[in-house]
Amino acid sequence: MAGMKTGVLLPAVMVSVLLGIPSGALGLSEAYRGDIFPVGILKPRDSQLKVRVGDPAPDFTLPALSGEKITLSRYKGGKNVVLSFIPAAWTPVCSDQWPGYNIIKELFEKHQAVLLGITVDNLPTLFAWTNQMGTLWFPVLSDFWPHGQVADRYGVLRSDGTAERTLVVIDKKGIIRYIDVHDINKRPRLETLVQELEKLER
Amino acid sequence: MKRFVFLLMILLLVLSAFSAPSAADRPPRPGELFPDLDLPMPKNAAEKTYLGLTGEGSFSLGQVKAQVVILEIFSMYCPYCQKEAPQVNELFRAIETNPDSKGKIKVLGIGAGNSPFEVGMFKKTYAIPFPLIADEDLIFHHALGGVRTPYFLAVVIEKDKTARVIFSELGSMSGAKSFLKKIIELAGLK
Repeated sequence: MAGMKTGVLLPAVMVSVLLGIPSGALGLSEAYRGDIFPVGILKPRDSQLKVRVGDPAPDFTLPALSGEKITLSRYKGGKNVVLSFIPAAWTPVCSDQWPGYNIIKELFEKHQAVLLGITVDNLPTLFAWTNQMGTLWFPVLSDFWPHGQVADRYGVLRSDGTAERTLVVIDKKGIIRYIDVHDINKRPRLETLVQELEKLER
Repeated sequence: MKRFVFLLMILLLVLSAFSAPSAADRPPRPGELFPDLDLPMPKNAAEKTYLGLTGEGSFSLGQVKAQVVILEIFSMYCPYCQKEAPQVNELFRAIETNPDSKGKIKVLGIGAGNSPFEVGMFKKTYAIPFPLIADEDLIFHHALGGVRTPYFLAVVIEKDKTARVIFSELGSMSGAKSFLKKIIELAGLK
């Protein structure tokens, strides 16, 4: 049994060492120093979507960090909406994704889009975590209780209670126009989202 | 099983010989040679002129027409890099206005894990006047030890075009003017 284990483990370790796969080296910001929990490489996807492109986006109301409650349908008829579900606070890839969106407010505005950031964390955790990112211009929503209810309604709640790294683009009529349930270990390329926003105007 | 492991090792060794550059477990330290990286040639003519490069394809750091190259490893997604960006712009301006450094020190950024579009957004947002290279697949980032960002390196380019590290530190450079003074001293430009 011990021999079998070595036989499987050794090649696996060697593959990762020789191919230069780092243990969480994703170009992480110094802003978080030692505060990011090393999650390792996770199963890329662990849920089943419950909505499709062309469906009306399921409505929801969630508490935001600002203290207000935000209801998705308030944007209907006025703005396009991008939902950015993030697996969890204090994890490697997530901690970099929103700071990137934070410097491109103009790009969202150009496409008459609002961005709503959502995680399954509670507000105090979101407060401490997003404080490391500078001042965010977009609402950060807590899908903490009932736990992951909104993520589950969209079918992006993973079996461990975190959410998939998901982008949902909803047009002004409230119709879902794009869904990207991304490999949880990777950050979606910005240009893909921008291309989807550009499509809304056609 | 042992034979299988042995064959796998041979296979991986052969593969690794082709997959240059290899990952480093730490960044290069002062006194060490900068790894030989095939950096993509800038498309923009002004950036090429600034770096003193010609042709297409790739270039190595030692080919840059300068005595010293300051390299910033950054990410568009990193809040500290965003905060540092105006400082690095100030460093560039300080270099260009100081006779001890103008034309002798060049600045270059590597966007760790950033696509060309993402690097372009960063450049536009902060009006960055020096060339930035996209390292979407983290190839250069891994070769430089998978550092957190921002990370600053300075290299001296020797007569034989090798690049030797004189500065290698994580985090903010803590003031453009004092940083430039330090680099000028380390490089013996004065």
